[in-house]
Amino acid sequence: MGRLLTYSDKNTWIHRLCGVTKMVFFILWSIVGMITYDTRILLFMFVSSLLLFAMSKTEYHQVATVLKVILFFLLINVVAIFFFSPYQGTKIYGTRSDLLHLAGYYTFTKEQLFYELNIILKYFTVIPVALMFIVTTNPSEFAASLSKLGVKYSIGYSIAIALRYIPDIQKNFQEIKTAQEARGIDMSKNVKLIPRIKNIIAIIFPLIFSSLERIDTISNAMELRGFGKHKKRTWYSERAFQLSDYITIAFILLFSILAMVITFYDGSRFYNPFIILSFIL
Amino acid sequence: MKKFTIRSVVAIGIGTALYIVLSLVSIPLAFIPNTAIQPRAALLALLAAIFGPIVGGAVGLLGHILADAFQYGGVWWSWVFPDAVFGILAGIFASKYQIEKGGFATKQIVLFNAVQIVANALAWIVLAPILDIVIYAEPANKVFTQGAFAFLGNIITIGILGTLLAVAYTKVKASSSSLDRED
Repeated sequence: MGRLLTYSDKNTWIHRLCGVTKMVFFILWSIVGMITYDTRILLFMFVSSLLLFAMSKTEYHQVATVLKVILFFLLINVVAIFFFSPYQGTKIYGTRSDLLHLAGYYTFTKEQLFYELNIILKYFTVIPVALMFIVTTNPSEFAASLSKLGVKYSIGYSIAIALRYIPDIQKNFQEIKTAQEARGIDMSKNVKLIPRIKNIIAIIFPLIFSSLERIDTISNAMELRGFGKHKKRTWYSERAFQLSDYITIAFILLFSILAMVITFYDGSRFYNPFIILSFIL
Repeated sequence: MKKFTIRSVVAIGIGTALYIVLSLVSIPLAFIPNTAIQPRAALLALLAAIFGPIVGGAVGLLGHILADAFQYGGVWWSWVFPDAVFGILAGIFASKYQIEKGGFATKQIVLFNAVQIVANALAWIVLAPILDIVIYAEPANKVFTQGAFAFLGNIITIGILGTLLAVAYTKVKASSSSLDRED
């Protein structure tokens, strides 16, 4: 069973920002990181996301498990790209400079190296910001502040319920798992495939059915209290926008526009050092 | 189509939480590389089949975003949208399955599985690889191979686990509402 990232309460300016401000920042940041292949922008984003990460006083052990999983997937992905398409870089940058001939079809080129470095960089521009967004944002405050963006409160409430019930359902899962293990039902990889599927069924079926029952209990309770009667509602953990929120949003908007202009200035989303190099040489 | 009721609000919330918790459970299929039985896919199909396309789509979207974020700290958008599309498609015939009325029998099982196979094909063989190429500029043959494996893993998971879940749930529901009034 893996571990999930959780919010931890600290007092830094990043923690004090509105949940929505951080979400807007995170979304625009990852969209820019997704679109651009401009190495200069990616480098800038990488360095500044590390700075922000340090400012949020997030400690390494909070994110260590998750970070290892990410790095593992990143490694697999980078190797897979080379395996499936060793000349993707050559295709993108339009030149070919061989570094090392491996075997048969596979040659390692400078362009491929550069392309894959960009991909790794893309991951690293988003990872610190994403991790930080989760460990610094109070879930209930976040759900409450969604209404500021004009999101209907029933949707905000769905998200609030989801975030509120993750720990409960996780606990429920552990209880059922322990109870079934006491009866000799094991879902670990020590068991063969078919019995393992059967054992998993013995654990997740009660979990899913009890949760479906929960849906009825909660919706009846909400109905009794008149949920959805009015167009607006108030939130217990809502936080008002402050100067730092406006500054953050202004910054990320400006940055996104600037980054897009620089990226597409020469008509391609890829920053191409090889053409420039061939001019010089 | 059903209205967006309080029950849908709660179903989206609890369904999403359940989807995220189940994301931590998966069994790799040794005989097909890169493919795993993911109970969360079966859950998504079940929720869509019970509550309809809105709940299905919302749980697919929110669940995948949050599960990605809590597990990896990043969101792989090109695989988020296919899950949402799958949830919507799987829920289109929700009223025909009659799971909550205890009517999920052979005919419904066939329809449920036909729909899930078509929906999975659209989501993972068509949509996910295309988004991977458009958004992340990844090599085409890599993403189509990945998509094909995801498709296989999901139709197996939903075919077995999803069908069993729906059959079991319809029995629970039938027994609780099959009381006859005595004359």
